[in-house]
Amino acid sequence: MTLLAVDGLRAYYGQVQALQGISFALEEGTVTALLGANGAGKTTTLRAICNMVRSTGRIEFDGKPLAGISTESVVRLGIAHVPQGRGTFSAMTVEENLQLGAISRKDTKSIGRDIERMYEHFPVLKRRHTQQAGTLSGGEQQMLAVARALMLRPRLMLLDEPSFGLAPLIVRDLFAILRKVNLEEKVAILVVEQNAQLALEIAQKAYVIETGSIVMSGSAKEIATNEDIRKSYLGY
Amino acid sequence: MELLTNQILAGLATGAIYACMALAVVMIYQAINHLNFAQGEMAMFSTFIAWQLMQWGLGFWGAFALTLVISFIGGVALERLLFNPLTNAPVLVHVAGFIALFAILNSVAGLTWDFTIKQFPSPFGSTGFLGSQLISKHQAGIIGVAFAMLSLLYGFFRFTRIGLALRAAASQPESARLVGIDTRWMVALGWGMASAIGAIAGVLIAPVVFLEPNMMGGVLLYSFAAAVLGGLSSPFGSVLGGFIVGVFENLVSTYVPGVGTELKLPIALALIVTVLVIRPSGLLGRVVVKRV
Ligand SMILES: Nc1ncnc2c1ncn2[C@@H]1O[C@H](COP(=O)(O)OP(=O)(O)OP(=O)(O)O)[C@@H](O)[C@H]1O
Ligand SMILES: [Mg+2]
Repeated sequence: MTLLAVDGLRAYYGQVQALQGISFALEEGTVTALLGANGAGKTTTLRAICNMVRSTGRIEFDGKPLAGISTESVVRLGIAHVPQGRGTFSAMTVEENLQLGAISRKDTKSIGRDIERMYEHFPVLKRRHTQQAGTLSGGEQQMLAVARALMLRPRLMLLDEPSFGLAPLIVRDLFAILRKVNLEEKVAILVVEQNAQLALEIAQKAYVIETGSIVMSGSAKEIATNEDIRKSYLGY
Repeated sequence: MELLTNQILAGLATGAIYACMALAVVMIYQAINHLNFAQGEMAMFSTFIAWQLMQWGLGFWGAFALTLVISFIGGVALERLLFNPLTNAPVLVHVAGFIALFAILNSVAGLTWDFTIKQFPSPFGSTGFLGSQLISKHQAGIIGVAFAMLSLLYGFFRFTRIGLALRAAASQPESARLVGIDTRWMVALGWGMASAIGAIAGVLIAPVVFLEPNMMGGVLLYSFAAAVLGGLSSPFGSVLGGFIVGVFENLVSTYVPGVGTELKLPIALALIVTVLVIRPSGLLGRVVVKRV
């Protein structure tokens, strides 16, 4: 079943148009990769879904149009957004960050249990649960950002360059966890990456975006094995 | 020795008032990044409301509680109606807004209750605390109420979900929205709480300075000094700053010859300037390093 449907999405920063009318869809429980070079419009796409940038076009989540509702209302519908830069609450502890992830939930009783589950997925966070989040390493902060997003019990997670600035080994770990989370928590993921190779390994579908338009789409396998696409758009 | 202890305790009592007002200033500053010049007038207005309620026959504590509720609602309403529409306006527009609010509250209070000074009762009495000469019952009461309120607030921010949401919205509004916090209501809530905290300060200081529309002028300046000293980014620092300023003011006017009461205010201003020069972020303030 289609969870997220985007149709003819245009986005604007003042007079500058950053998206030229893009369309794509994402199935429930699947991982979709959004690939492209710097400045292509990947971040803008995620921001437009959460109504953080002025946009036109249709975005439907679970059949409901998202037009005109506030960012926080989009989130409350079950869309957790890990922004570029991670959005860590740096002055607060790791555990407070996790609690904040669940701040809009009504079922307060099960939050404690969910925090424990996050500590199972990310043992490093348990060891540091009283530490100020701003003092975590980059990799730990990215783990925290994903864990915080999961605390919402989202149906869709938007990840903006989760591998950014992390050592290759840490990136491997992180993507292994993302795959596990996708299967175990049954949460769909829309992941923006410049590290296309890795993203394609966990994704079922992929879109390549260039200067605000989608120039290529297909199954992750197709995209990954197509020599031309790889050379011209993904640079590996 | 007795004089010293006496002056320190008296300093702590006025310091408690400064601490409350400084905390109110910092709460709004954290939410909207502007200093609310009208904070003192809001507190004065709340105090008049308490006085009016007592004139109508309510007991002190009943009037006090009702005043807190009214002040809270008033603070929320001010934000929603007046300052929320200004959210993205330039600094000067905010300054103009605060000055307008200052002038309006001051004249409305003057018109309604006139400018003559009024006695304001103390619920604690003015005789010596536990029969001692060191500190009066009212001064002890001020310290007690301030500490009770500060502990409650600490618990609120530290242990409740809404307190956590408020902190998140104040420190990182964008991230806060991304976890589903309605930051606009958090700002309004901050105004409501600041207004209620100011009301407590006003009601506690009124028996000392008497009730009149200009009663908070000096207090607000000391509170700004306290907030700057402690650090505008730190609620805890602002409270600490309040107590330090209170004690400092008292000791200087007692022990430094020639200072007396007239020169106390310039000393507060000198303190602000000194702190801004030496340590702009204040004692406990964080220097925010912005990543680009
Ligand atoms: N706040 C802004 N104001 C003006 N233009 C912007 C703003 N943010 C992005 N843009 C422009 O919009 C276009 C798309 O930017 P976007 O951040 O979506 O790219 P991206 O694909 O996420 O790139 P990167 O991989 O570097 O993060 C770029 O041309 C960029 O210059
Ligand atoms: Mg980007």
